[in-house]
Amino acid sequence: MNFIKASIQRYQLGSLLLLVLLLAVVLPLSLDIFRLNLVGKYLTYAFVAVGLVMVWGYGGVLSLGQGVFFGIGGYAMAMFLKLEASDPITTKIQSTPGIPDFMDWNQITELPALWLPFKSLPLSLALVVLAPMALAWLVSFAMFKRRVGGVYFAIITQAVALICTVLIIGQQGYTGGVNGMTDLKTMLGWDTRTDSAKYILYYVCVGLLVLSILLCRWVQTSKLGTLLLAMRDKEDRVRFSGYDVSNFKVFTFCLAAGLSGIGGAMFALQVGFMSPSFVGIVPSIEMVIFCAVGGRMSLVGAVYGALLVNAGKTLFSESFPDLWLFLMAALFIGVTMAFPMGLAGLWEDTIKPWWASRRQALRDAAVKPPTAAVSAPSPVATPQAEPALPDGIGRQRA
Amino acid sequence: MTLSDMMNIGLMQGFAGLSLFAVLLLMGLGLAIIFGQMGVINMAHGEFMTIGAYSIFLAAQVTERLAPSFMPYYFPIAIGLAFVFAFIAGWLVEWALIRHLYKRPLDTLLATWGVSLGLQQIFRTFIGPKEVSPTLPEWLMGSWTPHEGLDIPINGLFVLALTALATGGVLIALHKSRWGLRVRATVANRTMANATGIDTQKTDRLTFAIGCGIAGVAGAAFTTIGSTGPTSGSLYIVDAFLVVTFGGAASLLGTVVSAFGIAQTQSISEFFMTGSMAKVLTLSLIVLILMMRPQGLFALKVRR
Repeated sequence: MNFIKASIQRYQLGSLLLLVLLLAVVLPLSLDIFRLNLVGKYLTYAFVAVGLVMVWGYGGVLSLGQGVFFGIGGYAMAMFLKLEASDPITTKIQSTPGIPDFMDWNQITELPALWLPFKSLPLSLALVVLAPMALAWLVSFAMFKRRVGGVYFAIITQAVALICTVLIIGQQGYTGGVNGMTDLKTMLGWDTRTDSAKYILYYVCVGLLVLSILLCRWVQTSKLGTLLLAMRDKEDRVRFSGYDVSNFKVFTFCLAAGLSGIGGAMFALQVGFMSPSFVGIVPSIEMVIFCAVGGRMSLVGAVYGALLVNAGKTLFSESFPDLWLFLMAALFIGVTMAFPMGLAGLWEDTIKPWWASRRQALRDAAVKPPTAAVSAPSPVATPQAEPALPDGIGRQRA
Repeated sequence: MTLSDMMNIGLMQGFAGLSLFAVLLLMGLGLAIIFGQMGVINMAHGEFMTIGAYSIFLAAQVTERLAPSFMPYYFPIAIGLAFVFAFIAGWLVEWALIRHLYKRPLDTLLATWGVSLGLQQIFRTFIGPKEVSPTLPEWLMGSWTPHEGLDIPINGLFVLALTALATGGVLIALHKSRWGLRVRATVANRTMANATGIDTQKTDRLTFAIGCGIAGVAGAAFTTIGSTGPTSGSLYIVDAFLVVTFGGAASLLGTVVSAFGIAQTQSISEFFMTGSMAKVLTLSLIVLILMMRPQGLFALKVRR
């Protein structure tokens, strides 16, 4: 038992357990399957946000191109599902049966070589993770080796996002163009549109997300995580200590890209389509916002950020479509100006110390013999003891 | 096809490249001051351009209603108005947000993205979700035909002239005026500039507002080429950032050269392939070159 307790403390699993309780028990019991499927969709963005915590919060480099990696993962999955959906029998009215419908519309008569790996599920699943990582390595290796960072990195990743959208939309015959891949119904003959399949996919998504958070947490608590923090705060110093700083950054960037790819694949599975509108600049920046709202230093916070912003987006755009953008704008500006560490920072820096002092005050009051009026607890809680600062990551800020 | 026909096509193609150059340069010019000089990542830059474009549209509407006879002359005044409106908006944004964020450049990105979303909704609410284009004065329409078979559009010439004027103005202002001196001092070393008696706060605000004003002028110029909608700004923003970054953020001359290079690559490759593939090629080339020369073409050589 002590070992479990110790490791819960060490990896800060308490908040994660709370999150798992919420995602795996509370939400499935309280929401109908349509809403739960929406939550599942939001959770796919949480993969990206968790990756951004590693890259941005810990690595100190902001990427505005996470949508690309999300998109590659999503397209890899969608291409597999699309090939399965376009078997020769269902597509027999086409001029060349057996290829996806949009290829037929674009007068492509043979499956392009690019599509061939996506005939097999294991290969597609591997590509969901490896293809984004490969691109991430290509983009980041050259840049971090040359010590490009910060603003320049952000702009170049943004340009990559633009290139990818233009490419996807331009190569309609190979990618489905603006419409993307639609009508993804089955996976190895298993209908993903039934309610039970949706429940299963939701739980798979939650499970993968928890695994990703554990993986990132493990990286954070390892020596690498310490080095990342040191590097973010004083990069030169780490470099002069003999470490090759760029390799760490490349590693975290590739890790985040792989996670985003998983998120994209889960998106394609749960939502049933994939389109360039999840790849470009605007979704990429929104993903950064999920991370920023939740807290750029907190893995669990990033998940809450993705959930809250997306849920807010859905609810508000349903009822006040005109006000939604104003709210989003206020959220961006407010979070950046007032809570640079997001909700997690608010919790770590404000609520938790306040709660600790409050509890301490209550405890002290309980220990002392009741002096006068027992019924009136002092409204002003004078903190007798300095609130113990949490061991959390919230303190380790730039 | 005769030789003179080929000549004409070549000249018109060259002019298309030149007007794209002018457009890119106008987009990048304001950003070269805000991002290049001040280091603020202004994601709302596109929306400041849209403010300029809408100023022209509103001025055209007002003139058409109240003084139709004034139509041929309103355009230059409207450009001035575009500058003023964008300048005021920039001043307010700097006062409300940016001045708190100079030490956190990446956070200016998030905050200004919020500003851009807000502005987009303001445009949508008050002007309408549809794309609009102003009624342009007669003299801007049509084309100039120096000889048979060669048509140079006048609006292209106008944008080119305006770009030359704006670029020249900014270059002179930055290198010959008191303001330029203060800006360069503040950029080089804020603390030291403050110590020498420069009011860096005032300089920052003025610089940011001037950059936004120039964005407004750029937007005004674009109304002669295309229509404007609430989301027009987001179409320009990446191009603008790439132009500035590619040229080397701190160098205005670099911005000019990079706008020229990007425009020519784009328009020449458009001759051989589809527009979207030409764009992909151009952007990929820029990204590749930026990976090799991360500081851009013209890196400012200063010790930091």
